[in-house]
Formats: sequence, C-alpha cells, structure tokens
Amino acid sequence: MKFVKSLAVLGLACVTTLVNAADTLTVYSYRQAFLIEPILADFTKETGVKVNVVFSKNGIAERVAREGRLSPADLILTSDFSRLMELVDKELVQPVNSKTLNDNIPQALRSPQNDWYALTKRVRNVYSSKERVGPIAIDYEDLADPKFKGKICTRSGKHPYNISLVASMIAHHGEQETKVWLEGVKANLARKPQGNDRAQVKAVKEGLCDLAIGNSYYLGKMLQDPNQVSWAEAVSINFPNQENRGSHINVSGMALAKHAPHKQNAIKLMEYLSSDAAQKSYAEVNMEYPVKLNVAPSKLVSSWGEFKSDELPIFKLAEYHKAAVKLLDEVQFDL
Amino acid sequence: MILGFAKRWSLASYVVAAILTLPLVAIVIQATALDESIFPHLLNTVLPTYILNTLLLMLSVCIGATVIAIPAAWLVARCDFPGRQIFQWALLLPLAMPAYIVAYVYTDLLDYAGPIQRGLRHLFNWQSPQDYFFPDIRTLAGASVILALVLFPYIYLLARTAFLEQSSSLQHAARVMGCGPWRSFWRLSLPMARPALAVGGALVAMETAADFATVSYFAVPTLTTAVYDTWLEYGSLSAAAKLSAIMLFVVFGIIGIERFARRKQKLFQKHTELNDGDRYPLSKMQGYLALTYCFGLLLLAFLLPFIILVGYGWQYFEVSWNRDFLNYAVNSLYIAVLVSVITVCIAVLLMFVRRCSPHKVDKLPSRFASTGYALPGTVLAIGVLVPLTYLDFAINDIYAYFNAIGPGLILSGSVFVLLFGFSVRFVAIAIGSVESSYKRISPTLDMAAITMGIKPKILLWRVHLPLLRKGIFAGLLLVFIESMKELPAALLLRPVGFENLATYVYQFVSDEQLEHGALAAIVIVLVGLVPLIYLNRSLEHRS
Repeated sequence: MKFVKSLAVLGLACVTTLVNAADTLTVYSYRQAFLIEPILADFTKETGVKVNVVFSKNGIAERVAREGRLSPADLILTSDFSRLMELVDKELVQPVNSKTLNDNIPQALRSPQNDWYALTKRVRNVYSSKERVGPIAIDYEDLADPKFKGKICTRSGKHPYNISLVASMIAHHGEQETKVWLEGVKANLARKPQGNDRAQVKAVKEGLCDLAIGNSYYLGKMLQDPNQVSWAEAVSINFPNQENRGSHINVSGMALAKHAPHKQNAIKLMEYLSSDAAQKSYAEVNMEYPVKLNVAPSKLVSSWGEFKSDELPIFKLAEYHKAAVKLLDEVQFDL
Repeated sequence: MILGFAKRWSLASYVVAAILTLPLVAIVIQATALDESIFPHLLNTVLPTYILNTLLLMLSVCIGATVIAIPAAWLVARCDFPGRQIFQWALLLPLAMPAYIVAYVYTDLLDYAGPIQRGLRHLFNWQSPQDYFFPDIRTLAGASVILALVLFPYIYLLARTAFLEQSSSLQHAARVMGCGPWRSFWRLSLPMARPALAVGGALVAMETAADFATVSYFAVPTLTTAVYDTWLEYGSLSAAAKLSAIMLFVVFGIIGIERFARRKQKLFQKHTELNDGDRYPLSKMQGYLALTYCFGLLLLAFLLPFIILVGYGWQYFEVSWNRDFLNYAVNSLYIAVLVSVITVCIAVLLMFVRRCSPHKVDKLPSRFASTGYALPGTVLAIGVLVPLTYLDFAINDIYAYFNAIGPGLILSGSVFVLLFGFSVRFVAIAIGSVESSYKRISPTLDMAAITMGIKPKILLWRVHLPLLRKGIFAGLLLVFIESMKELPAALLLRPVGFENLATYVYQFVSDEQLEHGALAAIVIVLVGLVPLIYLNRSLEHRS
C-alpha cells in the first residue's frame, strides 16, 4: 500500500508542476522549435519572462479548440497563412490593441481586425536545374504544360505550402480550371510527391527531375549546411509569374490566443517579434523576408534578386483552403 | 474458485475495465456524430485507396514476415549450425528498432540520390532515371519490405517456441518412419505450429495497421494516416472517428481470427523436453547456408541500420548531446516505467479476479481491458482526449461553482493523459504475460491454500505473486519497450512542454535530418535491447 501511495504522490507532483508553471508564457508553435528558440531566448534575457514552446507539425488549432477556456496557450505561431486563418475561423484568437505592432507591420500583412499578424514572408519558387535548364521565366500555370512531362518534383500536395499555392490558383482561375491544372501537374511529376522542399532540390541535383517547387529559404538553409551546399548549387531559383500577377507569397505569423492566461506578457512578446532585432534575426537565421519595411533581407536572400509578388489579398487564400484540400483529394494528387 | 471471494474484488476489476474501455466508447459515440459532409467526400475520393492500401500492406507484411521468420525459427529450433546460440536471441533485436528509423535509413540508401543508385550510375555511366530500372523504395512494396523486416521477430519468436515445444517423441516417431528433415518440417512441424503462426501474424498485422510514421514517410496513405489527416487537416473529429471505427472493425476481425486459431492451439500443446541430440545436424555446406541466411537477416533488419545510426550519432555527437536530449531521455524513461508498473498492477488484479471468482461473468473485465491494444495510437488519441477533456471541464466547473480557481487541464493537459493513453494501449500486453504465467500455477495450490483458510488477499500476496514473478517481469519489460517506442499517441497527446525521445527523433525524421536525432534513436534502441535479451533468457529457461 505504501508503494501505491508514494506512486500516487509522485504522479500528482509531476502533474502539478507541469500544469502550474506560473509566470511563463506558453507558445504553441507550428514553427520548428530550433528556428525560434534563439529569438525567444533574447526575449527572456530582455524581459525576464520565460517562454515555454510546444512545437507541433499538425493540429494546434484542434488542440486549442478542445482546450477551450482552459487552454494554457498564450501565443500561437504558424508557419503559413492558412493556419492563421484556421485559428481565426474557429474563433480561437483575440484582437490586440498595440500601436507598436500596427506601426511595425504593414497593413496588408495584418488582419484589419488586428487578430493576426504576419512575421515573415516567403515565396513559393520554382527551382530549375542549372545544368539542364538554367534560369527560366516560368509561371505556375506552366507546370501543367505537357512539355515538362516527368520533369517535376514536389512534396505532398497536402502540405500547407502547396495547399496555399493551390488555393491561390483557385482564387485566380476558379475551381474547375485549377482542377485541370492540378491533373496536368500530377501528370508531369517525375515521382510520387514525397519528402520536403529540401529533398526536391536534392532530386534535381541528382537528375531525377528538372524542376522542383520549393520555398526560397530552403535554398539558404542548404547553402549553410556543408553537406548540402552541392544540392543548392545545382539549382537556379526562379520567381514565377513575373510577367503577370507576381509570385505566390505565403507568410508565417502570430495570433494571440483567445483565452491567453498571460495576455500582457504575450502582447509584449508579439511586439518584440515585430521589432528590428527580432525581424533581423528571423531574416538572418531563417532566410525569410522580414515584414518590417526598414529591415533588409539577409545578404544572401537579397542576392536572389528583386521580384514582383502576387497582390492577391492574403485572406482570399483562406477562403479557398478547404476547396484546395478537396481538389487535391479529388485528383488523388498524392496517390 | 474461492468460496469467500469478496464482491469488492470483482467490483474493482469492473471499474478498472470500464475506465480502460472509455476511449473505445468515446470513439463509437463520436463516430455517430454528424460531420460536415467530409466523410462522404472522403468516401468518394481517397478512402477506397486508403482501405485497399491498408489491407494490402497488412497482407504483404504478414506474408513477408512469415516467409522470412519461419526458416530462421526452424533452423534455430531444430537444426544445429555454427552460431545458432547467438542467433537464438540476436534475431529478436529488430524489435527494439522503431520501424520509421529503419525506413529512414533505407530510403537514404536506396533513393535515387542515395549512395547505391549514385554508385550504379557512376559505374555504368547512366545519366537519368530513364536509363535504368531501380525499384522505388517509397512505395507500398517498399513499406511492406521494411515493416516485414522490423516485425518478423514476432512470428520468429512464436514459431521458434512452437517448434521447440513440439513433442520430441513425435519427432522420433517421424524419424523412425523415415521422414527426413524436410518432410518432417512440412508434414509435422509446420502444421502443428500453425496456431502460433496465426497469433504472430495477427500481432504483425495489428502493428502494421497501427504504424503511422513509416507509411507517412513512404507516402503510402493508409487508414491510420487518413485518421490523422482528417482530424487535423479537415478539422473533423467525427469524420476521423468514423474512419477509426472502420479501422477498429478491421482490427477486431484480425483478433477474431487470432482467437479462433488459439482456441485450437490447446489441443496440440503437450510438453516434452527437446534434447540437443534431437536437432538435425547439418552438413558443413548446409550449416554455412543456414548461418548466411540468419546473419543476412540480422544484418538487414538490425545491424546495418544500427551501424548507420551509430555513424550519424558519432558524427553529430556534439550537436546532439545537449540538455534537451537528456531531458527527453528522462521523460521517456519516466513514462515507460510508470506505464509498465501501472499496466502490470492492473493485469494482476484482472487476472486474479478472473482466476478466483466463482462467477463466469467476471472473466469479462480482462477481455474488455485488452481491447485497447487494438487501437492504433492515432485512433487512441481521439478516444482518450474526448472523455478526459470532458472530465476536465467538469472538474473546473465544480471549482467555479465554489468560486475557486480551477486546476486547469489537470487530466487532458498533463502527463496523466500520456499515462492513461499508454496504459490503455499496452495493458493487453501485460495481461497476456501475466495470464500465461498464471496458467502454469496449478489450481491445486489455490485449493490447498483455501483449505488452510487463507483469505484472497493473502492468497494473492503470499502464493500467487511469488509464482507470477517471471510473468510480471516479462510484462513489465514488454510494456516498457513499447512505451519507449510508441510514437503516434505520444505525438498527439503530449502535454505542453513535454517531449520524449520518440517525438524528438520523429521531429528530425520528418524533416529528413535523422542525423541530428541519431543519438536519441540509439538510446531508444539500446534501452529496448536489455529487456529483449532478458526476456529471451527467461523463455530459454522455460523451454
């Protein structure tokens, strides 16, 4: 009996320490922990507020919804836009009234209701093999052109980055045309969708395909890794649709949780993430485009050149998110 | 049967079983809820492929695992060849290796960009994938091969035991009548081992159905990945629950088959010792072939992936050896230890009631409690979260009623949810282990104890527990390994700020950077090895 009792006490102790971690902010993050941890560490140094990050690839919105008013989440970081809108749609966030935030983040990159803010921009690029193709002017629409049969690599269609791209196609062309386009892209694939954006560039290097769809910052990441430099060097980065509407832009962002237990501190962190220092750090560490106007992209990112980006209001993407997922299922893109 | 058996024992077992079946009930209830046309949409588009994939995968993994396990089991059990002693236990090692790690290693090796294909291209001066044929690893077939490699030990273990336990007098009789090794294998041993093979096959099928990481890494969508997708991409819990219900249907089908097979098994079991002299001596050539076969199997299923892991771990040691890593290791251990203790305590209680209760219905709790093993981690997570969240809100409402601040998500948002989830999933293993141990305690012992006027509690403490020691220990170890490896449930249930080695490794695997998580992966494997070796020892002594 004694054994059982001590076991129970031990269990309870662990539970309570985990539940009642006082004065710490809890951040739910779709962004990988190691990307944001350095920035959060700086924030803690500056303010003394400890930040607890829960990283998850999927299901944060589901989780926050289920936890309801008991949720420990203060701030939610997402790596793409549709996730932000999902939070808004499910009414899991609350507006923030902060002049600092509104000053730092351009109007087009935050919600009119102040219930979400973009933190960085990234571009969905088309990588091409330096050796076999070279830099080319290309539109997303071209990816369905039969001349690229067996030449395209991409990650799963169900990945948020691709879903957003499909959503933007729906926004511009309507569902029917997008479906035809998707079927065309599928027919052009060199292999079944798999791996991440990095793996696609590697496949181009190895000659499995000539074109790959991928976000720009992966190129930067690979150039930083001695084992992967050769992959990155084998491709040219092309910004699609430069002759017309511009390249598809996605954003990473943040939103204040509806039931944030530490609201004041959470807003402090949001303001910090929009500051020059944090924006610069984001840009340098993760090779993304900062949203704050006076902060320049990193040298490497700048070297990829200027480009025109799609002016489609970002909330439009969210409207078509579910339609995009359904289309991907209908054409059995991943199968 | 004990005359003075107190009702509270059976009551306790019913309560425990009811708690353990909560997740199952929750899924069934959720599945009946309306969903926003997601399910019909799935049914019209991808679901048939998912179901077909799941069935094909289970079938091919079962066949593959059986085909590679039987020769190994037969050779080790009935033949004599160099290295036999080592392979006896070494062939169990793949069990300690999470399948998704093996999958990662082989994709890396066999991919178009991997060293093997690169080498071939270099050698034959091939330029593009059109120039030659090489099987694609990221396919259903690839996933089947990998899963068969990792899961075959289940069948190997059971088949080996079955071959060992087959009465030697029968073998002698066969030999006297002129049956050579081949004929005695085909006509005698294999048919007699069939029930054991069915049990092993069912285990393999269930593990395959539950696998999440390997298939998602190989881009082979199955029902498990569909549940995950539907829940988290479409955001529809009820559609996910419907899929889960289909999945349960499949799995209970398998259990049914397995039960049926096991019912027959009793007829066959007659123990007589197998002497070393009863083993077929192999010729030198045959011996080397046997050695090559067993070693090849071990190499592919364990050594090669492990060596590559160790290589990565060594190369990236400085990056990987950090505080996080140690923290997660402690978390993993802590969960695994607690879960194994909890499940074994439950198992002992349930089996004790089952053995001693004069009522036949009291056999039910242990049956019901075991259903949890049928729930793949993804499905289980849904089943666990629904009732716990509900309870959490109720608890906080009570606090609020008294104007006090509630404890928050004390159940669904803490380690409790992991402990509960894992216990539900693994209690069946503990029950099985304790059950088989109980079978070996003669009922006459109980009768003797009762004649001496012993109370049930004393009977359990003083008579049963000491005799159950081995079964309890085996149960602890098996649950321990499984808890260290379990990924999908941990991925979905882990509370705020809680990572363990499995989720940590998976984070890197899903980002295609296993190198950085290699050290953690090695720890999972090593921790799993110790129990395996012990377990094998105790089995050896038994047979």
